[in-house]
Amino acid sequence: MARKKRKVKSMSLARHWRLQDERYKLIGRECAACGKKLFPTRDICPHCGSRDLKPYRFAGRGEIYSYSTIYQPPAGYEGFVPYTVALIRLDEGPLITAQLTDVDREGVEIGQRVEMVTRRLREYGPEGLIVYGYKFRPVLKG
Amino acid sequence: MKPNREVGIIGYGAYIPRYRIRADEILRVWKSIDSIHLEEKSVPGLDEDTITMAIEAARNALKRAAIDPQEIGAVWVGSESKPYAVKPTATIVAEALGATPHTNAADWEFACKAGTEAMQAAIGFVGSGMAKYALAIGVDTAQGRPGDQLEYTASAGGAAFIIGPKEESLAYLEGSYSYVSDTPDFFRRPHQYYPQHGHRFTGEPAYFKHTYCAAQHLMEELGYTPRDYAMVVFHQPNSKFPRRVAQRLGFTEEQLKPGFLVEVIGNAYAGSSPLGFAAALDEAQPGDRILLVSFGSGAGSDALTFTATEQIVKNDDTLLRVRDYISRRREIDYGTYCRYRDNLNNH
Ligand SMILES: [Zn+2]
Repeated sequence: MARKKRKVKSMSLARHWRLQDERYKLIGRECAACGKKLFPTRDICPHCGSRDLKPYRFAGRGEIYSYSTIYQPPAGYEGFVPYTVALIRLDEGPLITAQLTDVDREGVEIGQRVEMVTRRLREYGPEGLIVYGYKFRPVLKG
Repeated sequence: MKPNREVGIIGYGAYIPRYRIRADEILRVWKSIDSIHLEEKSVPGLDEDTITMAIEAARNALKRAAIDPQEIGAVWVGSESKPYAVKPTATIVAEALGATPHTNAADWEFACKAGTEAMQAAIGFVGSGMAKYALAIGVDTAQGRPGDQLEYTASAGGAAFIIGPKEESLAYLEGSYSYVSDTPDFFRRPHQYYPQHGHRFTGEPAYFKHTYCAAQHLMEELGYTPRDYAMVVFHQPNSKFPRRVAQRLGFTEEQLKPGFLVEVIGNAYAGSSPLGFAAALDEAQPGDRILLVSFGSGAGSDALTFTATEQIVKNDDTLLRVRDYISRRREIDYGTYCRYRDNLNNH
């Protein structure tokens, strides 16, 4: 019994569920005072200190600011190795960290245009939760 | 069949994963068939499944329809490769699209015709006035046992259709017809990873009987013959079956060609005829009439007739077409394929 309880706790069901707006829809915040767009979501605007922040849905396009290929992954990501994690400058301003997908290691460049897609981020074993969320890939069209 | 209130497709979109394995590469490993009738098939990446593919197809449909996702009254996904045995695929798709919480969501099942099943239901839902728009998706990451004949064709992909009022449609429904019987041609029991199929039994009593009868009855009901159609799309389990039934019904190779994708992407099961239909819509001109005929083992066929309107022509270069996904391809070898399909675990 104790083992089972631990397992459910380690899946962090509530935390994953709370992050759905960010992960599925790229919803962050727009500051009503200074107009800056924020991602991920925050309570206080880091630019002007205002607490008047409204939900804002990002368009999901940007460019690669820097990137790194991962060979020694954290637990839960072993199956994807090697994979590339990038810092992406969204068109609306914020820098976000995300895994790249549908790329080959040799095909990634700084400044490359990328777009958000929803993919499997990880799963908690064959019996556990599957976590979905944003990754980025080279823009297919337009 | 047709609802009292006229309906049509107001947006559609497709998705095919990037990876391809060539049929001759599978043959190199297994040497299990004597001749190959297709070039290659699509393979999902490590982070892809029915849910992620449904989301991208539906986002493409939403972009084309240019509607607020909150106006979608139903999100229905037809598939036989659900990532969860219990927990709907449709709620995750609906959440990702921004259609929740004031909507209906459910998964549909009928082997390879689950997608057109969801379309039929969406037609009824919108046609009865219960929803302004309804989203129907046919999508699969198909399973075939390594070395089995099915391994040469079982692929991945899908297409999404937003049903709405005829006035807003890019193709309106003229009628539909369904034809089913208890036929044990192909099945998978619970907790089994791969399906069983009845080899030669899958042809005449299953595929041909149901597709032929559904198509024939629908054309009779509508007063049409094959000459009244610009294009025809059948479920595509291989390259022979759809060609043969098209010929028997009196359709030409030219009518079949726009939606005939099996040779380059394989059989995406519940995504197969919906993807072919999306490819046909990509080519359609106003006034073009299209016959869509699905097939699901077990067995049954849905036949639907749509006619394209002036709104089929969209001069938007950012809209992704089926051919864009077909030409986006990265070839993999059999070893990589085994890794991507998790075939190294003993199923
Ligand atoms: Zn601010």
